[in-house]
Amino acid sequence: MKEKLIALLSGLLFGLGLGFSQMIDRQRVLGFLDVAGAWDSTLLFVLGGAVTVTVIAFRFVLRLPHPIFADKFNLPTKKDIDKPLVIGAAIFGIGWGICGYCPGPGITALVLRNWNPILFVVAFVAGSLTYKNLSEK
Amino acid sequence: MANVNWVTALIGGVLIGLSATLLLAFNGRIAGISGIVNGAIAFSKQEVWRWIFILGMLLGGILYEYGLASQPTPTATLTPWAMIIGGFLVGFGTRMGSGCTSGHGVCGLGRLSMRSLVAVITFMMTAILTVFVVRHLLQLSI
Repeated sequence: MKEKLIALLSGLLFGLGLGFSQMIDRQRVLGFLDVAGAWDSTLLFVLGGAVTVTVIAFRFVLRLPHPIFADKFNLPTKKDIDKPLVIGAAIFGIGWGICGYCPGPGITALVLRNWNPILFVVAFVAGSLTYKNLSEK
Repeated sequence: MANVNWVTALIGGVLIGLSATLLLAFNGRIAGISGIVNGAIAFSKQEVWRWIFILGMLLGGILYEYGLASQPTPTATLTPWAMIIGGFLVGFGTRMGSGCTSGHGVCGLGRLSMRSLVAVITFMMTAILTVFVVRHLLQLSI
C-alpha cells in the first residue's frame, strides 16, 4: 500500500514537471531539437535541472542499505556498451525527431484532449511489442 | 506559443528529478517511463504500481493544465503519420536500447552510468539530425 502511494505521488510529480517544462508541447520539443533553425534552448534547463537533482540525491539514496519501503534496489545490471543499446537509442532518437514526443511527455499529453498523443501511445506500444516479439525469436 | 522561460523549465526539471529520487529512495525503482510502460503492458499482478505511476502522471498533467498553467499548452495540428511512424520507432528503439529520456537521461546520468551516457549522446544526435532532415532538407512541417 505504501509503495503504491509513492508510485502515485512520484507519477504526479513527473506529470507536473512535464507540464511546467512544456515537454508536453511537441512543437517546443522539436524547436529544441532544431539547432539549425530558431533554436529554443529552454529545454536544456529541464534536463539540466532534473539531472542536477538526481546526480546529487542518488549519491545519498544509493548509500542506503535498502530502499525505505522495499527490500532491494532494482537497478539495471548491464554494464557493457553493446549493439542493441546504441542501435536502439539511435532508432529512438529518429522517432523522437519525427514526432516530438518521447514516452513521458507523449503519455502525459493525453490529458490535452488531442488526437496526436493517442496515436503516439498506440504506435509506441505497437513498436515496443514488435521489438519484444522479434528479440524472443 | 506559451511563454515558458528558463525558470519554469528549471522548475519542471527539478520536479522530474524529485520524482525519480522519491521512487528510487522509497521503492528502489528507476523512473524510466519506457520501462514502466513495458512492464505495465505485461499485466502481471506484482506490477500494478506501474499503472498507478502512469495514473499519477495523468493526474499531474491534469493538475498542471487545468489548475496551475498560466495559459493552455498549445496543441499542434493533427499529424497522424508523424505520430504513427515516430511513435512506433520510439517504442521499438526504447525497448531495444533499454530506456528513454527519463531512464537513460534523468536516472541513468544520475547513477553516472556509462551505458546511459552513450545512449543519451546517441539519441540526442539522431533526434537533432532527424529534425534537421525533416525541417531543412525535406522542408516538411510536422
